[in-house]
Amino acid sequence: MLDSFLIANAVTSGLLLGCLYAIASMGLAVSFGMLDVVNIAHPAMMVLASFLIAVICAASGLDPLLAAVLLAPPFGLLGAGLYRVYYIFFERRGQEAMQGLAFFFGLMIVIEVALILVWGGDQRWVETAYGGHSLNLGPIGLPLRMLFPALMALAAIAVLFVWLRRSFTGRAVAAVAQDREALRFMAINPIRIKTIAFGLSIALAAIAGGCLIVVQPVDAHSGHIYLGRVLAVVILAGLGSLPGTLIAALIFGVIENLTATIFGPAWSPAVAFGLLLVMLAFRPQGMFGGAHG
Amino acid sequence: MSRVMYLHIGLVVAAVAMILGLRLLGNEYAWYMGYIILQYVLLAVSWNILAGYAGYVNFGTAAFFAAGAYTTILLGKWLGLDLLLCVLAAGVVSGLLGLGMGWLTLRLRGVYFSIATLSLAVVLQTLVVNWPYAGGSSGVYTLRPQDYLVFGNFSEFLFVLMLVLAFSGIAVAAWIERSRLGLGLTTIRDDERAAAAAGVPTLRLKLAATTISGALMGMAGAPLPYYASYLNPEAAFSLNYTINAMAMTLIGGTQSWVGPVIGAVLLGTLQQGATVTISSAANLLIVGGVMILFVTLAPKGILGLIRARRRKGDRA
Repeated sequence: MLDSFLIANAVTSGLLLGCLYAIASMGLAVSFGMLDVVNIAHPAMMVLASFLIAVICAASGLDPLLAAVLLAPPFGLLGAGLYRVYYIFFERRGQEAMQGLAFFFGLMIVIEVALILVWGGDQRWVETAYGGHSLNLGPIGLPLRMLFPALMALAAIAVLFVWLRRSFTGRAVAAVAQDREALRFMAINPIRIKTIAFGLSIALAAIAGGCLIVVQPVDAHSGHIYLGRVLAVVILAGLGSLPGTLIAALIFGVIENLTATIFGPAWSPAVAFGLLLVMLAFRPQGMFGGAHG
Repeated sequence: MSRVMYLHIGLVVAAVAMILGLRLLGNEYAWYMGYIILQYVLLAVSWNILAGYAGYVNFGTAAFFAAGAYTTILLGKWLGLDLLLCVLAAGVVSGLLGLGMGWLTLRLRGVYFSIATLSLAVVLQTLVVNWPYAGGSSGVYTLRPQDYLVFGNFSEFLFVLMLVLAFSGIAVAAWIERSRLGLGLTTIRDDERAAAAAGVPTLRLKLAATTISGALMGMAGAPLPYYASYLNPEAAFSLNYTINAMAMTLIGGTQSWVGPVIGAVLLGTLQQGATVTISSAANLLIVGGVMILFVTLAPKGILGLIRARRRKGDRA
């Protein structure tokens, strides 16, 4: 039955899962929330990173979390290139609302199908030395395969926060979210700043992909459920609020894990999307966002 | 005679010609293929009512479509209702679904409507998977009658049904384009704030569009259980319907109903040919790839290309 230990364990692993959701959502919080680029393909890129990391690890025996750090810079460059394409073909023409959205949707489908065609529809995972172990704090167990990715996610998020607060470029990214035109008065090119920031968001997808494949096996369609989760988290947080995104992700992880424990795992996809619908209907500006509709 | 009359007469003539032609061919597979392509024509035309006229992207085509299919299943199981009545009921159910989605999100920016429709598909699918009466995740079988009224076989009946639905969809879309509704939707697409300031009842018009578009998609899905004789959530909520409705419309061009029809016939035929030779995954890759190519290089679709060429011809 539902005793307090079970609930305590569900909450703890929900928090660890929440850290994974936080790193998965943080990239979208930057691209959708700050840059207003609705990158529906973000979770598909995360899954792509997971697949590549599985290949790298199988070939070299590297730790997946380390492989993710190595994969982040090429993904960042890829993202910067992608934003250039998006800017030239959609943003500059003022067609981001329909054609741009369709572009990212098509990109998502193409990535998924390409993964299936190259590696088949099976699940992929990486064996790690710490995979089977867990850290026991009294009755509460912290599986290392969830603890390490959670710590990695928190570290990456901390670096992101410091960079956005302290560095010149980071502060320019925050500024572009608030007022693009004002940036021009400071002789900063907003398009260049957006390119850097979008590249960063895709680099975060690579880190998230590394964390993901340590936590659970991944298949080509894993991105679907994550699309619901990350959109729910980003909107729950209020677009563009990064600390809000972290908190929303943790809350979301706990809610989802409790639902799965109490009602059964078949209901957990409905949590993400159901919550999203409720948020859109009643508080679209999110928990931490100001009023911008 | 007015252009409307020409359109309606043209549709009837085309329908009769298609039925007679396929009868002469006398091949069961031809009915099947025709059904699929017409189903895509209807889906694309109804997707365009929202996207092309009002500028709103619906990611939930599969949800409205599957809601229609499951309406047929549930009403057939519960009341033993005839398919024709189920089609009407499916229109009502999916129309209400469209109205609800619109009411929830259309006061916000367009992208939130897209995200909400994306969620709708997953929420509905989870409901059906966890609902044993509707077949759960393992699905349900539907018994197909041998023949139906005057039609030689049931496949022919399904084809004619879808033909009538698809052409009615075209007539509705053509009517919207000429009506005050269509005019109002166009002002919303061009500048929603200016439209509202000028006194266009934006919310009401958008709700009308989501309702009509949803209802047509539901009707497109209603005959599916009989067509396939078996329905499971994975097939009914397949992302294929969503991506195809989008891709076909964007490839054809969104400015008028002609665009989605061109796109659906082209892509639909291509896929029917291709599934025989290549896997369905590769098929999807082609659809997605072609859509990306068109939105980047020819954002106005085939219609836009034709118009640009004509204008060039006029100048020369």
